[in-house]
Amino acid sequence: MPYDYRPYPYTPPKGLTTPEDPHKVIIVGAGPVGLAMALELANHGTASVILDDNNVVSVGSRAICWSKRSLEIFDRLGIGAKAVEKGVTWKVGRTYHRDTEVFTVDLLPEDGHKMPAFINLQQYYVEEYLIEQALANPLIDLRFKNEVIAIDQTEDTAHVSIRTPDGDYGLRAAYVLACDGARSPVRAMLGLDFEGELFEERFLIADIEMQADYPPDRRFWFAPPFHPGQSALLHKQPDNIYRIDLQLGWDADPEAEKKPEKVRPRIARLVGHDDFRLDWVSIYTFQCRRLARFVHGRTIFVGDSAHLVSPFGARGGNAGLQDVDNLGWKLAAVLQGRAAPSLLDTYETERSFATDENIRHSSQSTRFITPAEGVETAFRNAVLSLAAKAPFARKLVNSGRLSTPCTYPLNGPDDARLPAASAPGRVAPDAPQGKGWLIDRLGREMQLLAVGDVDDPDVGLPVLRPKMNDHIRARYLGDMAAATYLIRPDQVVAARWAGQPDPGTITSTITTILEGRA
Amino acid sequence: MTLITEPNLPDPDGFYARLLAAHKGLSPDQSQALNAELILILCNHIGDPAVIEAALALARK
Repeated sequence: MPYDYRPYPYTPPKGLTTPEDPHKVIIVGAGPVGLAMALELANHGTASVILDDNNVVSVGSRAICWSKRSLEIFDRLGIGAKAVEKGVTWKVGRTYHRDTEVFTVDLLPEDGHKMPAFINLQQYYVEEYLIEQALANPLIDLRFKNEVIAIDQTEDTAHVSIRTPDGDYGLRAAYVLACDGARSPVRAMLGLDFEGELFEERFLIADIEMQADYPPDRRFWFAPPFHPGQSALLHKQPDNIYRIDLQLGWDADPEAEKKPEKVRPRIARLVGHDDFRLDWVSIYTFQCRRLARFVHGRTIFVGDSAHLVSPFGARGGNAGLQDVDNLGWKLAAVLQGRAAPSLLDTYETERSFATDENIRHSSQSTRFITPAEGVETAFRNAVLSLAAKAPFARKLVNSGRLSTPCTYPLNGPDDARLPAASAPGRVAPDAPQGKGWLIDRLGREMQLLAVGDVDDPDVGLPVLRPKMNDHIRARYLGDMAAATYLIRPDQVVAARWAGQPDPGTITSTITTILEGRA
Repeated sequence: MTLITEPNLPDPDGFYARLLAAHKGLSPDQSQALNAELILILCNHIGDPAVIEAALALARK
């Protein structure tokens, strides 16, 4: 069944008739990033207004691969279980050259995690679930058909002009979060430009509905018999929908290639029959580009408005949610006077670091999938040819390195004798806890994790003492008998000590973080 | 390990003849493909990034 796009109701905003009091936060854009941003801020007790120029969810499946980290974030926002239940869970990626499998990757080879490596779920479902949560949340004021047409910033306030079906009005806020996507109007209003690379390649992207029993694995082909000389990608989605990406070459005519009479035969060659319904077709080019800076006075860029990558690696939507994860607690702490405004500078440095890593991976994958003529093509083909003959070359096959959270370059206290998996800068690894999970007990506020034979440190922070098991030992102790971890509200390890740290050290580490110096 | 730039082949003329023989009958494109595979195989055998970096620098000099 095709997705039922139901419009959400527009209500004339109060500001049309009476000036509204200043808001804490205005979020521009009700896509996955904007909606997640509002829910995350609400989790930290901060109210926001979301403005969206439209009143329906995303048309077409668009972002479909949601990573383990995104699912952990969704869980905190109240839609994790629903997303996993509806989505297609997968963790194996298979890469083929012609008709031979040359590389297989298991993205979550170990057990003891609540969330799977990936699910495939159409963006319209994610938005629907997030909108449902947002509408039920008293701290979120979601306004459809409210188009931002101008932004004017002073030292401490952003003034936003908004167009509605009933006329224009204005709002003030302490911060504006631009979550308005790749073509961000807010970016244009501030006169900002992207820097980076545009790749000269065109891809056909299509969702088809068909009765089939394909495995949930991600499948990628270099030069398959059904699409000679080009690449192809297949993902399974819920509702018998399959996502197909076909490389077309830079010379392809985007308008002609979108026509069903051109699309259907290409897809029929892949699936081996013509018994399917075309649900959505688009032609895309891709870019690996970013804003030089994400924070511009009272306006902060989050998600695709700040950075773009090619789709191979699922580093677009997932990176946007990691931006939300990083910014939410910091902005709430600043607005509530618990942290210095300079804490927001660490959103810039940490997510900038992550962006560069995502762009690097994405550019490398793109270069492998669409090599330039000459030596790039020679080496790419040499790798594929060798992969069938020698195991080492399989590691060089690059059809996309899939999104995992980066390790933030933090300089909090560390003890290298403890396991690498829980080093400062990494998301605290999950582990089973009886019938529940460690990840469910972390986050929202700064807290300590006291593992093994160690006293509860008395520094005014909540102390979590996990039940000991093999996973906790492997991920948090290694060969040590005891350890103390300082965990940030975004579940990132801020610092750790083998055994019992001095309370003064913990306190000064927290101060350093909240002043934005960590 | 450092990159060996002193003679290390037991039979230099024999090696050179063998290298040319491997390309015999190949078109320029086929030769480039063979060279590319050969480079990848040998770099994997070396493994050490410092040695590979020194070799790349010497070749580019």
